[in-house]
Amino acid sequence: MAETKFVTINMGPQHPATHGVLRLVLELDGEVVVKVTPHVGHLHRGVEKLSETKTYHQVIPLTDRLDYTNGIGNNLGYVLTVEKLLGIEIPQRAQYIRVAVTELQRLAAHLIWLATHALDIGAMTVLFYCFRDRESILRIIEEVSGGRLTPTYFRIGGLSKDVPEEFKERVMGFLGDFPGRINEYETLLTKNVIWMRRTKKVGILTAEDAINYGASGPTLRGSGVRWDVRKRFPYSGYDEFDFEIPIGEVGDVYDRYMVRLEEMRQSLRIIQQAVENLPDGRIMADDPRVVLPPKDDVQRDIDALIRQFKIVSEGFEPPKGEVFMSVEAPKGELGFYIVSDGSNHPYRIKIRTPSFMNLSALPKMIEGGLIADVVSTIGSIDIVLGEIDR
Amino acid sequence: MELVYFLIEVVVKSIVVFACLMLTVAYLTWAERKILGHVQVRYGPNRVGPFGLLQPFADGIKAFFKEDLIPGRADKVCFVIAPMIVIVSAISLFAVIPFGNKLVLLGREIKLVIADVDIGILYIFGLASLGEYGVVLGGWSSGNKYGLTGALRAAAMMISYEVALGLSIIGVLMISQTLRLTDIVLGQGGGFWHWNVFLQPVAFVLYMVCGLAELSRTPFDMPEAESELACGFNIEYSSMKFALFFMGEYAHMVAVCAVSVTLFLGGWQPPIPALSFIPGVVWFLIKLVALIFFCIWERGTFPRLRYDQIMYFGWKFLFPLALINLVVTAIVLAIR
Repeated sequence: MAETKFVTINMGPQHPATHGVLRLVLELDGEVVVKVTPHVGHLHRGVEKLSETKTYHQVIPLTDRLDYTNGIGNNLGYVLTVEKLLGIEIPQRAQYIRVAVTELQRLAAHLIWLATHALDIGAMTVLFYCFRDRESILRIIEEVSGGRLTPTYFRIGGLSKDVPEEFKERVMGFLGDFPGRINEYETLLTKNVIWMRRTKKVGILTAEDAINYGASGPTLRGSGVRWDVRKRFPYSGYDEFDFEIPIGEVGDVYDRYMVRLEEMRQSLRIIQQAVENLPDGRIMADDPRVVLPPKDDVQRDIDALIRQFKIVSEGFEPPKGEVFMSVEAPKGELGFYIVSDGSNHPYRIKIRTPSFMNLSALPKMIEGGLIADVVSTIGSIDIVLGEIDR
Repeated sequence: MELVYFLIEVVVKSIVVFACLMLTVAYLTWAERKILGHVQVRYGPNRVGPFGLLQPFADGIKAFFKEDLIPGRADKVCFVIAPMIVIVSAISLFAVIPFGNKLVLLGREIKLVIADVDIGILYIFGLASLGEYGVVLGGWSSGNKYGLTGALRAAAMMISYEVALGLSIIGVLMISQTLRLTDIVLGQGGGFWHWNVFLQPVAFVLYMVCGLAELSRTPFDMPEAESELACGFNIEYSSMKFALFFMGEYAHMVAVCAVSVTLFLGGWQPPIPALSFIPGVVWFLIKLVALIFFCIWERGTFPRLRYDQIMYFGWKFLFPLALINLVVTAIVLAIR
């Protein structure tokens, strides 16, 4: 007859601090967490399987819904992978716009992280400040793409449309306001004694563990590993921009917090360079296989009409083969692995999502801590259940 | 005949204080949401009535019509009694708080305090601790592990902070040589430089910090830490029982601030004697509102401390500080 010693508590799937429908089964010794078992799958929508029945273009809206705080970043990862499969070079203007908008989306994603992370630790006010700033970013994204949460802005071979005329002015206005706002958040949190007590030496993930668990993004960099796909395997012209990769030292919640804050500043630099040096030119690659013909031609020219009809209705057929491509999403390394059998839809898509990998390191960080540390650690690895369960 | 007059006087005073308190509690919820709203670049309630002023009534009506649920595994008696304990103990605190000087009405001298008892302070501390039983019982009896954790936290926190809270006011009692609240207020007359907050600044800070813990407000809102325990001790409560917890909490907040005004800020005494033509009740309310505003304001600023850090802070920082303050006060009084 075994003696029951620990209290088992079910945290989630409905819980205000598990960032969605994550379910954690905690074994508690008083307030101390002895064992954590994450259960995922509550938000499984079958994105990967569904993609197999869609043409390559039709998959783009599905990617919006992976990490729903980072719609544009997911679009980028997917279209880059298909472009790699097809071997398309896209014009520089499109690349720069992609970078600028993706970095804006990264800021918006980081703002949600900061808002919810601070709320989890009890600082309610930061939430509203962050959402105010996120709103101005979403306005820009909406003007550019037409959507706020699910922009579906990129196309295979370029962009769905060019940026509006006032884009540069709007972004520059935002870039003028935002650095002051980051400083404001820092005065509320960074040197706040309570904040430091709640985050320092909490949820420590050593560099070795981080690598072993396959963590990436700020979770990995917070542990002191200087790894960023934008620098290591530059894509979409990131090598033309000047920016730093911030890293932490200890790998605790505070380091991950500082890394993300600094990343926000670096994103501002990238956006500024991209918008200031935005070249003129086309926004779509010159590849008749995947790019829709201009509307004028479609209305006058029967060949163009047929081509438009074919691309829209049955898509295009990339060469047979396998391709993997990853990008640096706000949460970490987002990878797409596509197997093509030469038909108009992918044979298999596997999405390597950063939150899933980062979550697997969660028990390592939490065990031995207190209940309150569980909450601050979940906040610090910034998971989004939409991409954990796909 | 004297007895009848006395009874009428007490009943009228009780009713007036009770009505004012309930109204204050109702509008405190409104004020908290409005002030926090403005701290957080939003409006707060502004739909029900002008400036959302009818919001408390809308909330009350809504709470009334909600289904009153008692979980199957709950200990029903405790579950029902717990919110009552909380609100009764919070309201009863106001019996001994003096909110003004004497008033002459129809030839009778009326003291503006319901019961002017000798041991006012002891009464307040006793009842305030009793309120914690409601929280503990409520959390435990709901048969929910989150509720239980919240209740345990509440119990641990109460024990830790009650000590420092009690020690912090002993300095004041040593100066005023009495436990009767009206005498403590009278002892602070003759200008703001006689207020105990200037004689006992450390004690005042200690009292306010421990008071926040006693109220379990940010940064000490452990028992109900919503992001960890999803509401804590009141997780299973609904309808008016939940509202009672809420009202008890706010009434308790008013009480803690009122005691603070009485002990440290001169109660109903005006800041300078020349201003004594303004009724004492007004001064009392001004000071009370200022302290309540502080309690709401700090909530918009601070994150939440962790359970063990709160214990550490209470026992290893506040407790010694209160002791030192006590010893220093005693030495100064002895030398003088």
